[in-house]
Amino acid sequence: MIYLQLFISYLKIGFFGFGGGYAMLSLIQNEVVGQRGWLTASEFADIVAISQITPGPIAINSATYIGYEIAGVWGSVVATIAVCLPALTVMLMITKFFLALKDNTYVKGVVSGMKPVVVGMICSAALMLMFPADKADANFIDTWSWVFFLAVLYGAYRKINPILLIVLSALGGIVVYWLPAAMATL
Amino acid sequence: MLWQLFISFLKIGCFTFGGGYAMIPLIEREVIDRKAWIARADFLDLLTLAQSAPGPISLNTAVFVGYKIRGLAGAVASLAGVVIPSFVIILVVAIFFADVRNNAVVDAAFKAMRPAVVALIVAPIVGLARGMHAWLIALAAAVALLVWGTGLSPIYLLIAGAAAGLAWSAWIVRKEGK
Repeated sequence: MIYLQLFISYLKIGFFGFGGGYAMLSLIQNEVVGQRGWLTASEFADIVAISQITPGPIAINSATYIGYEIAGVWGSVVATIAVCLPALTVMLMITKFFLALKDNTYVKGVVSGMKPVVVGMICSAALMLMFPADKADANFIDTWSWVFFLAVLYGAYRKINPILLIVLSALGGIVVYWLPAAMATL
Repeated sequence: MLWQLFISFLKIGCFTFGGGYAMIPLIEREVIDRKAWIARADFLDLLTLAQSAPGPISLNTAVFVGYKIRGLAGAVASLAGVVIPSFVIILVVAIFFADVRNNAVVDAAFKAMRPAVVALIVAPIVGLARGMHAWLIALAAAVALLVWGTGLSPIYLLIAGAAAGLAWSAWIVRKEGK
């Protein structure tokens, strides 16, 4: 039952999506690429790229996109609702007990205990995209890949808008990978 | 009021490029400056909670503000508002991307965007690691290698981290109690 699988996978992703978008990437990738095999590592990288240049959190974007790929429009509806449900229920509880939770030592302990895991998850998302299990599925294909990687890393370090960086690398890719072949056929 | 909540968060949802932190000034302007739905001090507390709670910050913020204004219906209205723009845009992209994916120009663009995306993920790691104790960095590295190398679900490690943090704070409380 594909709808149920989508629902459960994205419910899990929504419920354990601590630490923001990049940490969630590790969770989404583990579930969608690793456990379920719904996407390859480069298809996953494509969704992350699309997600960077469209509005909305990566969790929602990937739910909508993968839901559609796996089971059409209803698949995207099911996955998107599933990823929202935990945020809705958990935040409602938090809002209710807001004052009690605000300065609670145990809550602080739990949050600080998860922090190194969240940082590790971000690293693992990067590692999985750099060195995917299936070599045929590589995101780094030649020297140019490393040029784009280092240029964008420098741009991000200089706080240049990530949307601009993605658009510039898309243009760079067209110049490097498409233009020479197009010129040759003229 | 429900309609206003929905429209406000629809606007926010249309412009939340680049993740949760980018949308914070947008929410501030709409929810605090323009509508005066919540006080600025409450907003700062809300941010701390929205970051510690699971799920995207934008969703968590929408639920919190919606609930404060109009209860459960308000939470659902603002959640729908913030989700619908990205849902519609990505659905349209997904429907048409299959047709253009094999186009030579699109393929060339994506070949360069993939390593670019990895760079955007790597960039914040240094900043995050900076404030951390050396052995916590080692722990983070171990988590990364374990998840990447063995394909272990990060969920187990999150639960372990939460349990360790809870035990640690319980120990501190007991020590201070004596």
